Amino acid sequence: MYGNDSPGEDVPGDLLSEVEAAEAALRAAAERDRGAADPGADLAAYFAEIIAADQKIEPRDWMPERYRRTLIRQIAQHAHSEIIGMQPEGNWISRAPSLKRKAILLAKVQDEAGHGLYLYAAAETLGVSRDELVELLLDGRQKYSSIFNYPTLTWADVGAIGWLVDGAAIVNQVPLCRCSYGPYARAMIRVCKEESFHQRQGYELLHTLAHGTPAQKAMAQDAVDRWWYPSLAMFGPPDSDSTHSAQSMAWKIKRFSNDELRQRFVDMCVGQAEVLGLTIPDPDLRWNDERGAYDFTQPDYDELMRVISGDGPCNRQRMAHRRRAHTEGAWVREAAAAYAAKQRSREKVTA
Amino acid sequence: MSQESSPLWEVFVRARRGLAHSHVGSLHAPDAEVALRNARDVYTRRQEGVSIWVVPAGAITASSPDEKDAFFDPAADKVYRHPTFYEVPEGAAHL
Repeated sequence: MYGNDSPGEDVPGDLLSEVEAAEAALRAAAERDRGAADPGADLAAYFAEIIAADQKIEPRDWMPERYRRTLIRQIAQHAHSEIIGMQPEGNWISRAPSLKRKAILLAKVQDEAGHGLYLYAAAETLGVSRDELVELLLDGRQKYSSIFNYPTLTWADVGAIGWLVDGAAIVNQVPLCRCSYGPYARAMIRVCKEESFHQRQGYELLHTLAHGTPAQKAMAQDAVDRWWYPSLAMFGPPDSDSTHSAQSMAWKIKRFSNDELRQRFVDMCVGQAEVLGLTIPDPDLRWNDERGAYDFTQPDYDELMRVISGDGPCNRQRMAHRRRAHTEGAWVREAAAAYAAKQRSREKVTA
Repeated sequence: MSQESSPLWEVFVRARRGLAHSHVGSLHAPDAEVALRNARDVYTRRQEGVSIWVVPAGAITASSPDEKDAFFDPAADKVYRHPTFYEVPEGAAHL
């Protein structure tokens, strides 16, 4: 069971039904009366009460300044990840091996742009503008997911990204569908439904390669070998080193720790890899009867820190590309704004 | 460049069999025409709807949660507004 934080509830185990369960819970919470209808003088107590009752905090509710700042940081970096994440896959659009695969990849990259947009919109409900957030990204003061700093070297990488990267993203994001901040939870529900398509198309792509010629199978295995550990690292540093975790969990922004989610992802992937006929590149991966989970080799967290701090294989390339698009697009944005202003002034004259 | 160059729009979509337009999200666009096109691409990629409204976010006035009680109170006071308030005499059918 993934992302099920209300024990006793009968929720089927696959990720998409988890999302639907979260959506139902969101609707139910909205229909339930809030415990205390009147915030009264003690806003902090009222906030705590809403969180405790699993109600949603909405944009116009009072919230602690640190809750607001944490959410802005998290949602913005999530949005940046969607936008930067278009680059590694976009790299293969013009070289996709068939028209069908090309159309699928185009639809997927279009989804990523949409996800960025939903998330920027959710961040804006916290009183920050998208332009400011884009500035923070371009100045290198806000980050994006470490995973997009790895290169896509072969067509099979598109499949490995779908299966492993989007798979890890879903494991991470499904619990966020129950996040205490309403606009973020609603955005995550939309995102997760579409992300499921990405994960499955990636899996199907790898499955086709793994059951093709020996060269195709070797290409699929090589992609899985390169993307496995960076995908494990997507869940962030181990719980012992995670700076924001405890507070985020108390506020019900996060529902599970980095290590819990990473374990869940590994347990999920093992069976899926068997069906693919591919191996996970970890000689120490084995079932642990006592824990009821797989033991596995942790990713290299020193490498993760290097990549996050800007020194991964593609950091410079990704940021340079994003900055170039922004700078070279400036005249187009100005033209659109000038045209809109002219239309508005004409309407005023005729009105 | 000023922030206002690409203002925020709220997007409402009416589903294929939906009776009313529902708020689905927001987006930035320089004008209504572009907002509509982008809303089509972003919010109706999977046949989510057949009609779209875009409204400049600045044109919306919202009620405040602080005054929630006072603002909506009269509704709770006037129980006679609900049909269940009235007793139907026995034997009266189709009521």
